[in-house]
Amino acid sequence: MNLSFEIPGLINYWIVIIFMMIGLYIVISHGNLIKKIVGLNIFQVSVFVLYISISKIDGGSAPILDETIKSYSNPLPHVLILTAIVVGVATTSLGLALIVRIREAFGTVEEDDLLKSERLDD
Amino acid sequence: MAGFLDVVILVLMSVTAFSILRSRNLFGVVILSGIFSLLAASFYVLLAAVDVAFTEASVGAGISTLLMLATLAITHQKKEKQHINNPIMPIIVVLVTGAALVYGTLDMPLYGDINAPSNQYLIQRFIEQSGAEIGIPNIVTSILASYRGYDTLGETFVIFTAAIGVLTLLGRGRTGNKAEVKQISSLETDGEKE
Repeated sequence: MNLSFEIPGLINYWIVIIFMMIGLYIVISHGNLIKKIVGLNIFQVSVFVLYISISKIDGGSAPILDETIKSYSNPLPHVLILTAIVVGVATTSLGLALIVRIREAFGTVEEDDLLKSERLDD
Repeated sequence: MAGFLDVVILVLMSVTAFSILRSRNLFGVVILSGIFSLLAASFYVLLAAVDVAFTEASVGAGISTLLMLATLAITHQKKEKQHINNPIMPIIVVLVTGAALVYGTLDMPLYGDINAPSNQYLIQRFIEQSGAEIGIPNIVTSILASYRGYDTLGETFVIFTAAIGVLTLLGRGRTGNKAEVKQISSLETDGEKE
């Protein structure tokens, strides 16, 4: 296996890792809770893209049975990611509900201000 | 081998993700995250994952964006606050994670490789037998609803739990609960005085 083939073969995964890094950075370093949820979403989608990239087979068609089609892409990662997308929306909505509740109780959704008000309470 | 269009869409997605990182306008951030999901959905179509593309476009790009816009409206947020924290520590964490992940991909089967372990064994059986066993032409549906039906049941439980969580946080009885909590805490302090 020569290198000139190997690099294009892995480039998908590397670009997906860039998404993951951006998403993780948003979650760690940004103070706004809504933006944190958006970062979490980017991370989720990048995991989905990674899984679907694994399921791809060269020349494979969509996994719907037909006599004229010889090769299908791998249906199992598709199923897992279908489940994951829906669960992802469930976690997103729960996170957003928590944000609405935090805003009602503390009047802000910025992490810095929340920490400040906590220190004032102490 | 990765096709040309695949890489174009992936690059567009990285540009979108990067603008989400840079932008402080929250409305713009939410819309960009919708665009990110939609680009992901078109990427799934290119990779012949039509069911996933369908779900991502409707649920990921549609409902998620809607929920986030609703949150923006309820919490009256427009701009993200400029914060003073030193970004060096997060950057180091992210770079180390990224390096570990890239190291992990070096052993992975190449993109589109039919001989990859994940494309062997059980998958062949699903493709050959599911038409006769389940009677549905769509293999993804057969696996989702029958072979891995318990997974889907578990997913339903997760959504149910999340729905209960959201209702408890934002539901109607909440203001009553607040008063109750206050009463209880005042009772507790009374008890301590005695």
